[in-house]
Amino acid sequence: MILQSRVLCKLGDSVSTDDMIQAKYMTSTKVEEMGKICLRDLDPDFPRKMAPGGFLVAGKDFGCGSSREHAPVALKAAGVQAVLAEEFARIFYRNALNICLPVIECPGAVEAFDLGDELSVDLSTGMIHNITKGTTVQGIPIPPFLLDMMNAGGLIEFLKKQLAKERG
Amino acid sequence: MTRAQTITEKILARASGRTEVHPGEIVDTTIDLAMTQDITGAMAFPVFRELGVPVWDRKKVVVFIDHCAPPSTLLHTEYFAENIKFVEDYNIVHFYKMEGICHQILPEEGFVKPGIAIVGADSHTTTYGALGAFSTGIGSSEMVWVLAKGRLWLRVPETIRVEISGHLKPLVMAKDIILKLLSTIGTNGAIYKALEFGGETIRNLSMDGRLTLCNMALETGAKNAIVEVDEITRLYLNGRVEGDIEFLTSDADAHYLKVLTMNVDDLVPLVACPHSPANVVPVAEAAGRKVDQVLIGTCTGGRLEDFRMAADLIRGKKISRRVRCLIIPATARIYRDMLEEGLLKVFADAGCIICNPHCGPCSGIQMGMIADGEVCVGNHNRNFRGRMGSPKGEVYLTSAATATATALAGELVDPREF
Repeated sequence: MILQSRVLCKLGDSVSTDDMIQAKYMTSTKVEEMGKICLRDLDPDFPRKMAPGGFLVAGKDFGCGSSREHAPVALKAAGVQAVLAEEFARIFYRNALNICLPVIECPGAVEAFDLGDELSVDLSTGMIHNITKGTTVQGIPIPPFLLDMMNAGGLIEFLKKQLAKERG
Repeated sequence: MTRAQTITEKILARASGRTEVHPGEIVDTTIDLAMTQDITGAMAFPVFRELGVPVWDRKKVVVFIDHCAPPSTLLHTEYFAENIKFVEDYNIVHFYKMEGICHQILPEEGFVKPGIAIVGADSHTTTYGALGAFSTGIGSSEMVWVLAKGRLWLRVPETIRVEISGHLKPLVMAKDIILKLLSTIGTNGAIYKALEFGGETIRNLSMDGRLTLCNMALETGAKNAIVEVDEITRLYLNGRVEGDIEFLTSDADAHYLKVLTMNVDDLVPLVACPHSPANVVPVAEAAGRKVDQVLIGTCTGGRLEDFRMAADLIRGKKISRRVRCLIIPATARIYRDMLEEGLLKVFADAGCIICNPHCGPCSGIQMGMIADGEVCVGNHNRNFRGRMGSPKGEVYLTSAATATATALAGELVDPREF
């Protein structure tokens, strides 16, 4: 699967799940509400910037901190189509893929992609083509068994299909 | 003959029905114990319900209400109701409703045994490695999967061995060891990796100290933390779990990604300054910072050893009048122990606020939020910007000894100087 869009936000290292969604702002578990408060302390304008839908570029240790799945849910609800970061914290990485938010680990991402760059991201190979700059960067591909899970609609849909199969 | 393996590899091999595993392999793992807390549980349970299947083993799931406990907003009460409904509808055997924090209750009540595989819908699930179990944090969707199947895919992590030697000086605690490690390898130094703690310091370290170490090891990005099973483990488990204790250790020639060494003979009280747990300096270098709130508690630092240390320093004294000092025992059992040992009276006499066991202010939920420009010093685990309240506030992470001395002084202070 290939995604094509623009880089709408660029962040640094160690963006935590607390940054993405904070207990103090949570008044609802509705997905759209989580999108509205996403990254509020770090960048109050984030939901507006992301609204057209596009890529988020970040540095190392993206998603460190708590296991809250609300974090990738909030990013997705805000309009993030994929996160291209130099490194991901492990629970966040799994959580994001499980809810079908593509995340590509891409060493050098911060250097290679600027705000507004048009990118084409091949999820199966991890190849990222910077159309604006005419460059190509090789990210670490998502493992095939996780791509299958995402193609099924995420972990829960994948599970539902498996259970249906087991029932015959 | 199988290859030499680390403890983590041995546990994952057994849990996935193999004789050996290699780092990097993806294994389908049998889960021995699954834990949820009220927030992540409330996200998982309605989704699980839609599947229309029973819980894979209702005796192997432990449900906690410990984060929003008691609930203080309408959203919290929704979480609460969702948890109660799940426990009742699925007849879950083990349910802890506001009796303390998951990461202390599971070891304390004998759920954790050496060699078992545990997943928890909370990041600090790494804690149980203190007892020689494999344990790691997962999200809510994965918890739904585990509730249905009792299994989960895991990538076998490479192991980093942390070999620690020397003796801790008075007023230097296990918390200072993990802060030292964080300052060395950073908050991403062990992402996807197993952190194995060993050496003479660890062999002499109390179970409370080991739990603190493995708990906060998560802040290095580690998948799991683990300590070899020994006599201290056996003594802790005595009366808590039935049956023989397996003395699980890594093979002598097991392969490590790297071996880090640390000597703690000259270790001094440390502090993680805003806004990263790895932004660590000796307390003496940050001393003098005026403080508004002190927190002693949480899954990282709310154990009896922490409160005994705190009480020894505070007995007969009054905390600074500018400070609100929160004492939050990790569990009701610790609360009762503190009552029996007279520690609660010591804290009450000193002017501290004694709260019920729960997660509260550490995760910015309730009971001790910080305002613009305020400074909090605590023996908890995270000081990310804005986590405990205002993004213009500052949080410093220390041991219980440093936090207590700070509460008395009204400013950050080295407990040895106080």
